[in-house]
Amino acid sequence: MSPELVVALLAATVQAGTPILFATLGEIISERAGVLNLGVEGCMALASFAGFLVCHQTGSAWLGLAAGGCAGALLAGLHGLVCQVFLGNQVVSGLALTIFGVGLCNFLGTPYVGQATVGFQQFAVPALSELPLLGAVFFRQDALVYLSYLTPVAVWFLLWRTSLGLGLRAAGEMPAAAAAAGLNPLRLRFLGVLLGGFLCGLGGAYLSLAHTHLWTTSLSGGRGWVAVALVIFAFWRPGRAVAGAYLFGGIMAFQLRLQASGTNVPSSLLLMLPYVLTVLVLVLSAARARSAHGRGSAAPAALGVNIEPEG
Amino acid sequence: MILIVSKREALPGRGVLVVYLGALALALGLCAGMLLLAGKPALGGLAVLFQGAFGQAHSLLDALLKAIPIFLCSLGVALCFRMQIWNIGAEGQFALGAVGATWAALSFGGLPGALLLPLMFLSAMALGALWGLIPAVLRLRLGVNEIISSLMLNYVGILVLEYLVFGIWKDPASFGFPMTSEFPAGAQIGRMGASLGTGLLGKLHWGLLACPLAGLAYSVFLGRTRLGFELAACGEGERVARYARLPYGFLVLLVMGLGGALSGLAGCIETSATLGRLQPTVMVGYGYTAIVVAWLARLKPWPIAFTAFLLAALRVGVEAMQLELQIPAAFGQIMEGAILLCVLAGQFFLTYSVRLRRPAPSEAPS
Repeated sequence: MSPELVVALLAATVQAGTPILFATLGEIISERAGVLNLGVEGCMALASFAGFLVCHQTGSAWLGLAAGGCAGALLAGLHGLVCQVFLGNQVVSGLALTIFGVGLCNFLGTPYVGQATVGFQQFAVPALSELPLLGAVFFRQDALVYLSYLTPVAVWFLLWRTSLGLGLRAAGEMPAAAAAAGLNPLRLRFLGVLLGGFLCGLGGAYLSLAHTHLWTTSLSGGRGWVAVALVIFAFWRPGRAVAGAYLFGGIMAFQLRLQASGTNVPSSLLLMLPYVLTVLVLVLSAARARSAHGRGSAAPAALGVNIEPEG
Repeated sequence: MILIVSKREALPGRGVLVVYLGALALALGLCAGMLLLAGKPALGGLAVLFQGAFGQAHSLLDALLKAIPIFLCSLGVALCFRMQIWNIGAEGQFALGAVGATWAALSFGGLPGALLLPLMFLSAMALGALWGLIPAVLRLRLGVNEIISSLMLNYVGILVLEYLVFGIWKDPASFGFPMTSEFPAGAQIGRMGASLGTGLLGKLHWGLLACPLAGLAYSVFLGRTRLGFELAACGEGERVARYARLPYGFLVLLVMGLGGALSGLAGCIETSATLGRLQPTVMVGYGYTAIVVAWLARLKPWPIAFTAFLLAALRVGVEAMQLELQIPAAFGQIMEGAILLCVLAGQFFLTYSVRLRRPAPSEAPS
């Protein structure tokens, strides 16, 4: 492989990893607060359409991005309503949310298939883009990719360096203790779900505003589920989420490049790669979690457990 | 005024119906709103939906045919849900069943139907079971979350099917369309037409028989066998099950294997009886509808049958909306998702009672 090809592949890795990174970080916040949201795929799908539509109507990519985030948060809020207020089963509610969200994206999006948007354009960061290798890979991207470099740090700061983050994690580990400390675990969980949905929405909006500049339905293509798996791989920590997201970005970029090069490997086998890799990653993280005696790699204690009303 | 939420003593009898109808109405309202959002007539759209679903005899018949695979897949996932094993993989197991059946049909096409069809059922159920056992083994051996692994295997299963249909199984005479050649007559599940006359009912095929058989086996297994009782006890959670020395691991393998086999059987019937050949259009999301059905029916066999028919009828109704109002097929998904979400929320009122109460003067308002 020529050096140019390697650089192009790495740059494509960062691009393909970005939506997954946003979604994984979102799901980390939600699960840290104790709410398993299996509706990530639905949130991303709906957000990809909301982002496209608003950008298409207003011409502003940033407004599109905001719309995507809000759509993700809105849909996640529905999940919060069903399983936090009405105490529905979190697994089933999340699945229903995915069915609903993906359906809504395809339903509303069908009339627009094939329409182009301007979206986000790539621009070089002064000075940094001149760095050898790193510059070409990381700093000649679009604004959303740059935003995605800051998000893991922001999520880490929120969860481990602010009192709000402490409250969120308490709501996920032991809501009764949080309540005893004078916090409102229900409200905190709802906030976690909304924030998480917003980040998933940013990931979805990236797909229609920056990844492809052409609207088609089913843009999310299972990326939401990959994100749910990566949360486990990441042991619920933002730093490891970055590694996981770029791993998947890499395999997706590689697979696309191989297809474009006109290889005679059937495309259905290439398309399997990310899904098979997800299962492998789960196997590896399960093995690692066991060998480390579960220390620091366990799920939040009250994840998936609803808060029962008193009385 | 303050809200008092308290747990109910017993499930209210007629309340279940009220809650379900209320949830259904809410979901329909939500869907009508979506129709307006897309610039389609809301009430007119719903009218077309119901007219298309329940209006004519042939639409009811069509729904019955669609309900067969949904019912079988739904029994399969319900079996797993009973012990809190979240098998989301019915869609992939269905795909592998279709592949297994096609393999037998293409390899042993010369056999008479009496031999070939059982062989197809067997290979379809074996492959479906295998696809279900992968997440089960990963979960038991390594603690891998079965929700995600079974879901990922859906994508892989569908791609396996496409790989075969686009590749080595493609009919050279299909003008490049991805489909196998038509199955030999012995590999096609026959229509009941011969015995029921040539009328509408003649369109029914013998695959329908699999439903009462599977439903009966499901009820007997859960209600009359020791393993069935143990399975119900395992629903309390893995720790409880292991503490009570129940064969937890064996039961996980059993339900995932059986669930996969049932979905595989559905794939076989759909391929053999409805299409008569394998092509990617065999995958229309029955495996996901089955999950919705299982949960709406609270994992009980008769309600599963009824709900499978209802959601199959909705699919038929959505087809009518597609034809008459150019409404995208995804509207069906929206309805399924909305109904499930509303029923989930509504079930709260079956477990808890909510009352408004004036705070007593001594109490501080909270």
